[in-house]
Amino acid sequence: MNSPAPNPSEKGTFVTEAALKRLKKRHAAEMRFKLYGQVAIGIAVVALITLLVSIFGQASSAFSRNVLTFDTTLDAAQVDPTGARDPDEISRNVSGFNLLLQDNLADQFLPGVEDRARLRELYGLFTRLAVLPIARKTAERPDTIGSQQRFSVALADDIDLFLKGGVTERTSIKLGTVARISGSIETGVQMAFSSPDASDDITKAETRFQEASAADSAPTTLVSAGDTWFRLDTLADGSASLTFIAGEQALPAAGAQASALVLAQAQENRTVSDRQIAWTMLLKEEGRIKSTFNTSLFTHSDSTYPELAGAAAAIVGSLLTMLVTAMLAIPVGIFAAVYLEEFATKNRMTDLIEVNINNLAAVPSIVFGLLGAAVFINFLGMPRSVPLVGGLVLGLLVLPTVIIASRAALKSVPPSIRTAALGVGASPTQAVFHHVLPLAAPGILTGSIIGMARALGETAPLLLIGMVAFVAEVPSGPTDESTVLPVLIYKWSTGAERAWEPQTAAAIIVLLVFLVLMNLIAIILRRRFERRW
Amino acid sequence: MDGNVEDFTETARSKQAQNMPEMTKVECRNIDVFYGEKQAIFDISLDIPDRAVTAFIGPSGCGKSTFLRCINRMNDTIESARVTGQIFMDGADINDHSIDPVLLRSRVGMVFQKPNPFPKSIYDNIAYGPRIHGLASGKQELDEVVESALRKAGLWEEVKDRLLAPGTGLSGGQQQRLCIARAIAVSPEVILMDEPCSALDPIATARIEELIDELRERYCIVIVTHSMQQAARVSQKTAFFHLGKLVEYGDTERIFTNPEDSRTQDYITGRFG
Ligand SMILES: Nc1ncnc2c1ncn2[C@@H]1O[C@H](COP(=O)(O)OP(=O)(O)OP(=O)(O)O)[C@@H](O)[C@H]1O
Ligand SMILES: [Mg+2]
Repeated sequence: MNSPAPNPSEKGTFVTEAALKRLKKRHAAEMRFKLYGQVAIGIAVVALITLLVSIFGQASSAFSRNVLTFDTTLDAAQVDPTGARDPDEISRNVSGFNLLLQDNLADQFLPGVEDRARLRELYGLFTRLAVLPIARKTAERPDTIGSQQRFSVALADDIDLFLKGGVTERTSIKLGTVARISGSIETGVQMAFSSPDASDDITKAETRFQEASAADSAPTTLVSAGDTWFRLDTLADGSASLTFIAGEQALPAAGAQASALVLAQAQENRTVSDRQIAWTMLLKEEGRIKSTFNTSLFTHSDSTYPELAGAAAAIVGSLLTMLVTAMLAIPVGIFAAVYLEEFATKNRMTDLIEVNINNLAAVPSIVFGLLGAAVFINFLGMPRSVPLVGGLVLGLLVLPTVIIASRAALKSVPPSIRTAALGVGASPTQAVFHHVLPLAAPGILTGSIIGMARALGETAPLLLIGMVAFVAEVPSGPTDESTVLPVLIYKWSTGAERAWEPQTAAAIIVLLVFLVLMNLIAIILRRRFERRW
Repeated sequence: MDGNVEDFTETARSKQAQNMPEMTKVECRNIDVFYGEKQAIFDISLDIPDRAVTAFIGPSGCGKSTFLRCINRMNDTIESARVTGQIFMDGADINDHSIDPVLLRSRVGMVFQKPNPFPKSIYDNIAYGPRIHGLASGKQELDEVVESALRKAGLWEEVKDRLLAPGTGLSGGQQQRLCIARAIAVSPEVILMDEPCSALDPIATARIEELIDELRERYCIVIVTHSMQQAARVSQKTAFFHLGKLVEYGDTERIFTNPEDSRTQDYITGRFG
């Protein structure tokens, strides 16, 4: 009661000035460390997001594809000139089917025109091999020959790119309706528009493009009125002088809807000509050009034309290679790990083996490729470019990873489980297979799948055993010539045409999807096998 | 201190009353154990009676566990360990080449210091031993083996409704009884227990002690313990180990009331250890 109230400034003995100072320092250190950690995670996340955004941004255009629909009669004389109805011959008759498509377009846009250059320009809307799927389809069902059919074909990669907003910068301007019109299709047309700002808008757009780009690329303006397309030559006093380029060969009636398409570059500087643009726009208006999901990415094998190239052969090749890899690396790796960890007596020999396995895991993958080429192909005489050899090489490559991961998993099983099993009279083998291995399974599986994921992304060793060959057929077995996804990506990324870029990104996404799937399987399996202690 | 010894004596004497005619189950002759270069057991000879509880006591690190492991050849699983000497079980040398340690361990069960149930269901924990030894044919028989083992271990009533629940989900004391049931399930002749109660509370300990007392009627039991009271309560024979040597071995009653060696005297009265 009468004892003096404790002085608040006089704290316990261990709250001295120095101790407080130390504490403050410790807290500061903790905060600093936390900050470092957050910054590190931030950098990693930003890098990942940048990667994904850039890849998906590039690839988005590759997942859709513009196709042209056309109706035609499968004329027997053109499609199957021999009349034998031989599926092989029909499917190889690309030029016959090509003529069907060319005639269809020529009838619509250039009736009676003999000018070969002009016709070639029109036929440039698609590549020769675009009709290949049609030929194959017809070969499968020869009874359709002679009947009316509707087909769709992939547009040429440049046209496709143009429709997706590529090739050249552009803006379209509404000009209202045709107010006045004079002249003729052959000699030139004078036109005025109902919109008062029409010529201002066009001039503004042209100057904007002019200023933005190099001096030599003069902007071009195309004008459409009704179903007719013109090129703008001069624009003065609200009156435009135009040259006919495509579409209905008649003067549009006054009052028809008119619009302008201002392109940043003249046609000499781009891969798609003015006429091709006009034809494409006309076909699109008609509803004959549609954007569809690009199934050819998954159904076609490689091609020299980006619009026809697909990853099917590479996907199957990758799967076959992975199968061989898994069949080699997983059982061998697990058994090696079990033996080393559970049965082998620890001595110099096992130490040596352990060190070597660890070193092997760090050997550059290209060395394994050289080894594979020397042993499997040159010495054992296996064929080149086949998933069997690729799988064996990758199997050897991931074997150390699987062994190391499996050993770590086995080590993490508490020894009390082993003694418990031995204590009730299980043999060492029974103890391992009944108790230790099931408990180590999640770790072993995770390690194996991570190893497999590494193998899936390997390129270098496969280049050395010839899996870079151009493969036009989907392989049907591990001894068929084939390629794999990462090699395909490498090949596509070196393609000259612009259209390879989205195609490459799309293939990367396919590869990423595979990796994500594998990791997902790893997670599911781990959940399944995981046990509570 | 003296009062303590008095207490032990009381318990020991009441045990002595029910003592049966002695029959040696395990004979150990001149056992030496080496861990690498280091010797852990020095020339121990010891006869362990059947249908009785033998307690091993002694300070930590004196080699009780090591010696216990000789009896079911668990030292074979320790790479650096080397055992010399002879151990006879029912007259047969267990270190003989013709005796498979796996078979031996089905006749000599072991319960460890820390409960170590398999991370499987209660049922599978018990059924594992009978399964690998082919002791039960058919599901029905296996069910019976499991039930009788759990009953003998005094666990049946507590777990009969959740036989398929994981054994690791039981309490520490229940887990230890599960491990005893697991050892019993393969119908061993000898049960070795290495500090079976060291991780348990007094109530669980009492249950296990009761259990040991019941099991004594059918099995030869060897128990390592750090608790003098426990040794006095459950055992008929006591062996005192010190620094890898057997200092004294005899009837529990005599060891606790009239130890011959001063070291035994010091240890049981708590003067060292
Ligand atoms: N696996 C091993 N490797 C090397 N030495 C060991 C090993 N196990 C035990 N020892 C040594 O052997 C001696 C006896 O050990 P043991 O475990 O038998 O003692 P203990 O009497 O059971 O002790 P505690 O009562 O603490 O369990 C100790 O000195 C110990 O360090
Ligand atoms: Mg011990």
